[in-house]
Amino acid sequence: MKSLKIICPNGHLGFAPLKVESFRLGVAQKPDYIAADSGSDDIGPVPLGSDTCASPASWQEHDLEQMLLAARELDVPMIIGSAGDTGSNSRVDMYVQMIRDIARRHDLPAFRIGWFYSELDKELVRGRIRSGSAIRGLDARDELSEDELDATTRIVAMAGVHPFVSLLEQKCDVIIGGRCSDSAVFAAPALYHGFPEAQSYYLGKVLECASFCAEPYGAKETVLGEITRDWVEVTAMHPEQRCTIASVAGHAMYERSNPYHEFVAGGMLDMTDCHYEQVSEKTTRVTGMRFVPAEELRVKLEGSGKVGERYVGMAGIRDPYTIANVDEVMAWGRRQVEERFGPDGWELHFNVFGRDGIMGEMEPLRDRPGHEVLVVVQGVAPTREMAEEVAITGTRQLFYARLPDVKGTAGGVSFVFDEVLPASPAHRWTLNHTMAVEKPLDLFPIETAIVGEKTFADA
Amino acid sequence: MSVKKLSDLAKTIRSKNAGTDKITFDVIFREAAAYDLVKRSGALSRGSISRLLKIDPARITDFVEYDPAYAIKFTILRDRPSGSAGDGDIFGAQQYAPLLDIEIDDAA
Repeated sequence: MKSLKIICPNGHLGFAPLKVESFRLGVAQKPDYIAADSGSDDIGPVPLGSDTCASPASWQEHDLEQMLLAARELDVPMIIGSAGDTGSNSRVDMYVQMIRDIARRHDLPAFRIGWFYSELDKELVRGRIRSGSAIRGLDARDELSEDELDATTRIVAMAGVHPFVSLLEQKCDVIIGGRCSDSAVFAAPALYHGFPEAQSYYLGKVLECASFCAEPYGAKETVLGEITRDWVEVTAMHPEQRCTIASVAGHAMYERSNPYHEFVAGGMLDMTDCHYEQVSEKTTRVTGMRFVPAEELRVKLEGSGKVGERYVGMAGIRDPYTIANVDEVMAWGRRQVEERFGPDGWELHFNVFGRDGIMGEMEPLRDRPGHEVLVVVQGVAPTREMAEEVAITGTRQLFYARLPDVKGTAGGVSFVFDEVLPASPAHRWTLNHTMAVEKPLDLFPIETAIVGEKTFADA
Repeated sequence: MSVKKLSDLAKTIRSKNAGTDKITFDVIFREAAAYDLVKRSGALSRGSISRLLKIDPARITDFVEYDPAYAIKFTILRDRPSGSAGDGDIFGAQQYAPLLDIEIDDAA
């Protein structure tokens, strides 16, 4: 095989639906694979910790249906990574079931489906810590302690290409991955067909966010990547979009701390000497990428731990004197919670929108609040009842805050509604670490099945 | 000599999570001239960023002038992981606003 073509219709499948027009144009190019990643840690720690999705099931099913029908029509494999936002086991099972349901609904001829799981047993991680194999922190985090492990609800390991390649070797037509590197979804088929690592991982890097590597800006549009032994080309499928030197080079730095280096399980893609060339109106060719294999195979772990149940309240302030003293107002609310529940065992959070609600201490203008502000109050506690009371105390007591010179003595804040609202349980990212592995497939159990095979009962 | 704002010179000024513990900022220019001007001016540097955002320079983990994309890019450590209760910007997508008004000396 001299070249391989892959189309990607969505950079985070399910988070917003793919755009059908450019997807059909991509399918008309007769790609060898149709692939997309469905995961992100952008959505915060709640979905992983509570084993839920950030995306509506109907949007996920919409994209899976478009991709499955096109892939079966062309008779090419379809690959999905990080199923259901988090890539947890239940999300993989959910996507596999969606594929079965879509196949039945459209009466598709039988095909082979393969999937793998990425959740990691806490006790396996504990065993590694006790055996002296450190779980190393990323991004200035300390090594993982057993205390922090105890505080963790769910862990996923980020697969590299290994389980995908294994499922391709087993001739799967549809692959649903647990948590994985975005780029592995595209690099795996390229590696499976014998293309070099540097070009394969670059192909993954450039395709993973679909049309984010094109201009003008427009998400959820299909792009086509083509790989040879010497170069990677990327082409925008939307009639109004182009992949330019600027848009493709610019995408290398998107959501990454450094535009030159991309770390995956097994090595590092080095883009320092990449050369970009506009080969036609909508297509840019990239050469010069390198791959540096890792001396030790380490996989990244993501972990989320539940902090507590959560309620949310809101209070508006218009009086300029009260706005100037809003820290005193909030301190009053906090003291009332302390008097009721004691000094700890709960959390109260205030964000003052109109002052520094978005940037906190980094806000350069925090000493110049607006003429009105909104205080968003979060109460977090072990039970729903207590969280509700923490939140409503922290919200309603803002009404009664005792400022010495306030003119308005009938109530210090405004309410849109005089209640607090149940929110998702508070979680936090407990793991952003790496763990050494010898056999990567051991962490990612694989299964396959035939979908749509006629049984005796059907006959 | 005249003074321009960064928002007048750059095509794109954005911020976004880079993993759970960092926020990365991209300032991208349409052409080499504006990119080179801002680079020469020194208005975007580890020092100016740490002063503007009032953060310890040690929290700036990366600062890169990325010629292939006419881009200046830097990354900071968050004060707590994204999406922790109280985080006002789970995606880190609205942290770039103070960069818009950075003043660039045109005569640099």
